[in-house]
Amino acid sequence: MASNGNADQNQLHDKGQEKRQFTRRSFIAGAGVLVLMGLIGGRMGQLQVAGHQRYSSLSQANRVKLVPIPPNRGLIYDRNGVLLAENRPNFQLLVTPEQVQDMEDMLAHLTRTIDISDTEIDRFRQLRSRSRNFEALPLKVRLTEKEVAAFAANRHRFPGVEVEARLSRHYPHGEHAAHAIGYVGRINERELARVDTRRYGGSSHIGKSGTELQFEERLHGHAGLERVETNALGRVIKPLGRRAPDPGDDMVLTLDSHLQRAAEDALGDESGSIVVMDVHNSDVLALVSKPSFDPNIFVNGVDRATYAALQEDPDRPLFNRAVRGQYPPGSTIKPFIGLAGLEAGIFDPEDTIFCPGHYSIDDIDHRWRCWRRQGHGDMDFADAMSQSCDVYYYKLGYDLGIDRMSAFLERFGFGQRTGAGIPGERTGILPSREWKRAARGEGWFHGETIITSIGQGYFLSTPLQLAHAMTVLANRGHAAPPRVLRAVHSASTGETYETEVPEREQIIALAQEELWDVVHESLVDVVHSSRGTGRGINTNINYRIAGKTGTSQVFSLGQDQEYDEEEVQRRLRNHALFTAYAPADDPRIAVSVLVEHGGGGGAVAAPVARKVIDAYLRNVTAEPDDV
Amino acid sequence: MSELASQVTPRGRQSIMQRFLHLDVPLVTALLLLSLAGLATLYSATNQSMDAVHNQLIRMGVAFAGMIVMAQIPLDTLRRWTPWVFLGGLVMLVLVLLVGTTGQGAQRWLDLGLFRFQPAELMKLAIPMAVAWYLSMRALPPTLSQVLLATIAIAMPTALIVLQPDLGTSLLVSASGFFVLFLAGLRWRLMLTVLVAMAALAPVFWMFLMREYQKQRVLTLFDPERDPLGTGYHIIQSTIAIGSGGIYGRGWLNGTQSQLEFLPERHTDFIFAVFAEEFGLLGVLLLLALYLFIIGRGMYIAVNAQDTFSRLVAGSLTLTFFVYVFVNMGMVSGLMPVVGLPLPLVSYGGTSMVTMMAGFGILMSIHSHRKMWAS
Repeated sequence: MASNGNADQNQLHDKGQEKRQFTRRSFIAGAGVLVLMGLIGGRMGQLQVAGHQRYSSLSQANRVKLVPIPPNRGLIYDRNGVLLAENRPNFQLLVTPEQVQDMEDMLAHLTRTIDISDTEIDRFRQLRSRSRNFEALPLKVRLTEKEVAAFAANRHRFPGVEVEARLSRHYPHGEHAAHAIGYVGRINERELARVDTRRYGGSSHIGKSGTELQFEERLHGHAGLERVETNALGRVIKPLGRRAPDPGDDMVLTLDSHLQRAAEDALGDESGSIVVMDVHNSDVLALVSKPSFDPNIFVNGVDRATYAALQEDPDRPLFNRAVRGQYPPGSTIKPFIGLAGLEAGIFDPEDTIFCPGHYSIDDIDHRWRCWRRQGHGDMDFADAMSQSCDVYYYKLGYDLGIDRMSAFLERFGFGQRTGAGIPGERTGILPSREWKRAARGEGWFHGETIITSIGQGYFLSTPLQLAHAMTVLANRGHAAPPRVLRAVHSASTGETYETEVPEREQIIALAQEELWDVVHESLVDVVHSSRGTGRGINTNINYRIAGKTGTSQVFSLGQDQEYDEEEVQRRLRNHALFTAYAPADDPRIAVSVLVEHGGGGGAVAAPVARKVIDAYLRNVTAEPDDV
Repeated sequence: MSELASQVTPRGRQSIMQRFLHLDVPLVTALLLLSLAGLATLYSATNQSMDAVHNQLIRMGVAFAGMIVMAQIPLDTLRRWTPWVFLGGLVMLVLVLLVGTTGQGAQRWLDLGLFRFQPAELMKLAIPMAVAWYLSMRALPPTLSQVLLATIAIAMPTALIVLQPDLGTSLLVSASGFFVLFLAGLRWRLMLTVLVAMAALAPVFWMFLMREYQKQRVLTLFDPERDPLGTGYHIIQSTIAIGSGGIYGRGWLNGTQSQLEFLPERHTDFIFAVFAEEFGLLGVLLLLALYLFIIGRGMYIAVNAQDTFSRLVAGSLTLTFFVYVFVNMGMVSGLMPVVGLPLPLVSYGGTSMVTMMAGFGILMSIHSHRKMWAS
């Protein structure tokens, strides 16, 4: 029988020996198996017991992603609740490729429903080649309401295509108050490095100028977070939890949109600036800079050509003249210089100076001309103010000296920021010995004091500074720093907090209180006396204006600039200024008007100021019985 | 030779399964339990795909059928076929290299018109049987010349499989041949000498014979972080899966590493990580115990077999089964380089499972065809 397993029986098999040998080897092998299985078991223990904590957190990190939720930006209102900056839904068409059965077919049909350009399709294809299949990609942005409606009616025909609304900033009034409100734009790399990434997670825009920049922190709010579980490809499987974003607070500005518009209209097509301030609390009621621009173009990224055109426009529409424009104040500085002279006791108000049309001093062979070539004759303080006699001020200023002059003017805020906190605000230049040494490295010359007395020479001020200085003057030396924010509406608590009205401080105390009245009356004469330089605006008026005209010389044209004759004529023309407060007996608003290359202050700037003051007083007095 | 006579058991304790179907009840039970655990894990690893479970069920059916068929064939018959099957397998391995079809970068398949066939699978059974056939003709332990001849018989098909290339299978078939030699009583001194020689030759092997991707796998083992997104990714993700399972596991269908697709090849070679993540250390120990039971039962059958050939074949097949388990678990848990071996009866895939179950069929045939007088 062959089944015994030995084909070759030539050799004797010791069956028992072989079996014992096999059993021995089997046990050795079995021991080896146990040892190696023990090794596996030990390794599993090492991973699952000792390493459990570590691997659990690694697994957690693998699957849980944090997705930031951007907060809604706060709105901006004027003082009366007029909406100046809002968030509008911006519709875009999103396509999720994996949900589309036949992409070409879908695109072909979709273009028949909604107008989609070839460039948009090309951009979509490029985006698609770089993205994962489950990501929703924009096919068309900024859909019109009509397109949204057209798509909604046909949406069942396009699986994988949807319309998504995102909020984007919108300035409903366009150019109106654009410089004051400012605008938002896409966050650039420098800003990205600066901001707190936790606050700005998911945010794409940031305030770039104006109040949008000034109150950026409060307007923006704080990003929320959504914890989601994702798979290895990054696809979101399910949400795990969510911390809602803190929306930004709404800002109620001190700006009066109605007055702002009146001021903008009053300035017409001229380049220039108007600042209106509430005398009682220094609220900035209007902040006009012309020409203006449409801030909406910056929200979704301005194209290169448009931006270049704005930048290179010789009228500089992006330039906020009200706070960044620095102009020689010209004769509008005279009330302050005059007050300095009276307070120092250089002249009594009744003292007269003879104006022959020019002025000179002993050791310098130079004649400083009065604007009126033939001279004014005998001038007392009131006459010199109302007729803006330069010679009177040459002498007063020269006798006063630069040190006393600049020390006194400094208290009115010249040469420094007003404290309004408006981004980009400039200081202007208040000439002094120290300033000149620091800026020019030279000592002060006597002659320079004379030209400084009429607000020329080195002297520069901003329209905001002038309006604020008039506020101080109208309040007999008392004023608060200018304020642009009236209240904050907290989106999280729903409450509105009035911003604190800054304490009115006594900035200037005069030894002789009655000198305020002298200056005030002289300013009323500017408008309401028969020879006043601002008398052109005193017709049809039932209140009194205290104001001062100014005409400042321009030296801005460079030697090598290209020009055409007419344009140069215009650009060499003087700036027209007018500063005022009204009503003179019970001051409520202070105004500064600057018309670039407007010519004479009395003829050009004063009528603009009159319109603004009229608009304010009529509106305020009309309000109770307006209904 | 009478079939009936061989089925009479000395103590009359053989069950009906054993008597008429020639199946070993403990082994079949353990294998079925393992299959169930495998199907449950597979369902989870494929994101609850009934299709995958369905396919795997069909393959298991085929594999168990193969096992039953093999169990019916008395070992004497198999022994008579052994040399011819071995030679035939060798010829087919050559044919594969010449006219085989290519899949996934390796030439492994022989297209036989009706179905495709992997000769290397046949060799998993043919090599240990051929070596056992050869050694059992003479008295044991084998002499040096016998060992040399057996080594050549192992080396030839191994080399042909390496050329395909199929590192995992070549490792398995050479191991199965070696196990026969070892169980036959290969001298310790000889083994030691060969071991030292191999250690000495290892650098040569590294420099000239190993392919770049194989070297990468070995290097990755020692430091998975050196290429975390490439060769190291598998190991990093599978150790995270295993470790995050903890003692009790995250629960069936709840393993995030596998459900969220962080774990690559999670339903085939790396399915053990899915199991470990969802069932924890307790589940792993149970699984290890099940495998140990199967191996123990195999060794029991081997030790109790009635002739040398049966013993050697049974022992070698059982130890080879262990190699599958150890290499796969070692690879998935980062103890060993990545070698593409499935976890028996758990990993998705059919070919190697059919071979393996045929092997268990042989084991059962050995156990159930014992002759009364032998004990």
